Amino acid sequence: MHELSIAMNIVEIVEENAAAANCKAVSEIDLEIGSMSGVVIEALQFALEEAVKSSIMESARINIHEISARVKCIACAHEFEPEDIITPCPACGHPYSDDIQGREMKIRRIIFFEE
Amino acid sequence: MCGTCGCGQEDEIRITKPGDENQHDHVHSHEHEHDDENHSHAHTHTHSHNDGHEHHHHHEDDHGHHHHHHEDGREVVLEQDILHKNNLLAERNRGFFEARNIRAINMVSSPGSGKTTLLEKTITDMKGDIPFFIVEGDQQTMNDAKRIEATGAPVVQVNTGSGCHLDASMVNRAVKELEIAENSILVIENVGNLVCPAMFDLGEAYRVVVISVTEGDDKPIKYPDMFRTSNICIINKTDLLPYVDFDVEKAKDYALRVNHHLKFFELSAKSGEGMDAWYEWLKEC
Repeated sequence: MHELSIAMNIVEIVEENAAAANCKAVSEIDLEIGSMSGVVIEALQFALEEAVKSSIMESARINIHEISARVKCIACAHEFEPEDIITPCPACGHPYSDDIQGREMKIRRIIFFEE
Repeated sequence: MCGTCGCGQEDEIRITKPGDENQHDHVHSHEHEHDDENHSHAHTHTHSHNDGHEHHHHHEDDHGHHHHHHEDGREVVLEQDILHKNNLLAERNRGFFEARNIRAINMVSSPGSGKTTLLEKTITDMKGDIPFFIVEGDQQTMNDAKRIEATGAPVVQVNTGSGCHLDASMVNRAVKELEIAENSILVIENVGNLVCPAMFDLGEAYRVVVISVTEGDDKPIKYPDMFRTSNICIINKTDLLPYVDFDVEKAKDYALRVNHHLKFFELSAKSGEGMDAWYEWLKEC
């Protein structure tokens, strides 16, 4: 249940940014969660429901953008989106690849209500 | 609210040296870094993302608010890693370890893979070669710290309560209790859990994932995050191979598909088979 730690980190970062911007309420935030980040989006949504209570984010709309995995074959450098964790390179069949994208876990932006 | 279980308590993390069990009633709190430089990065937003789908999460609005579009509000483009604070503190730990030539190892596995037995055997056999210092992570009990203490290596126990992983802040606090010598090896035995510890950098130089042959040989593809983020994979309890269906080559192939940089050690901490290669690596790491 590390998603609760993640959710609380999100609230903390948003509250710090709100204080720095001298804002009292959050309208909307955008998160980017990679499909290989280790975060289960449904679990994060559930955890966020608890974590935002009594916080500046309580009535905020939370948009979670899932970033799909993208890897690069170590043999032929072909880039592709693997269907699952062990998908070989569709160009040359080599089983090993390096990650390019899909491990993101970021707050992309915050929109505060204007005072 | 506690970050590990969501309870009303501020923090339930407990750090104890063997022998100090009765002195653990002081209140710990998380370290917070308020570094204003990190509050207001305004990056230009130039990624193009292959968003498979978007999950929209609406909070029921009891107070009659309307969601404003950002034309109406103040937009702050942040692009900040959610675990930014943990990562910063992990880098501080890492810098401290590097400066003192302390090779820090984060040892991770599911419960029961034999991490503590492997450590006991390693510390005992390498006594005289390298000084070992140990941080033990478990939800409850001093049991593992007591086992390590019996080998003579300095140890502190971190009890995470209901928490499922160690983080950089817990390690930072534990290391202050441990007084680690220069030119040594620090092994941080993480909470037995093949999922959650994967995403928390502790400041280690190496992450070592341990699996045992009594588990399924498909563990690396069932729990890929831990194998993806590790440098070393130890396959333990090889003395039991004649009695189980575990296929070592298949497990290694799966692990390499997840992370082709992994280096393997096949060993039995119980019989001692294969331990020499592990010791050689520890001497040179």
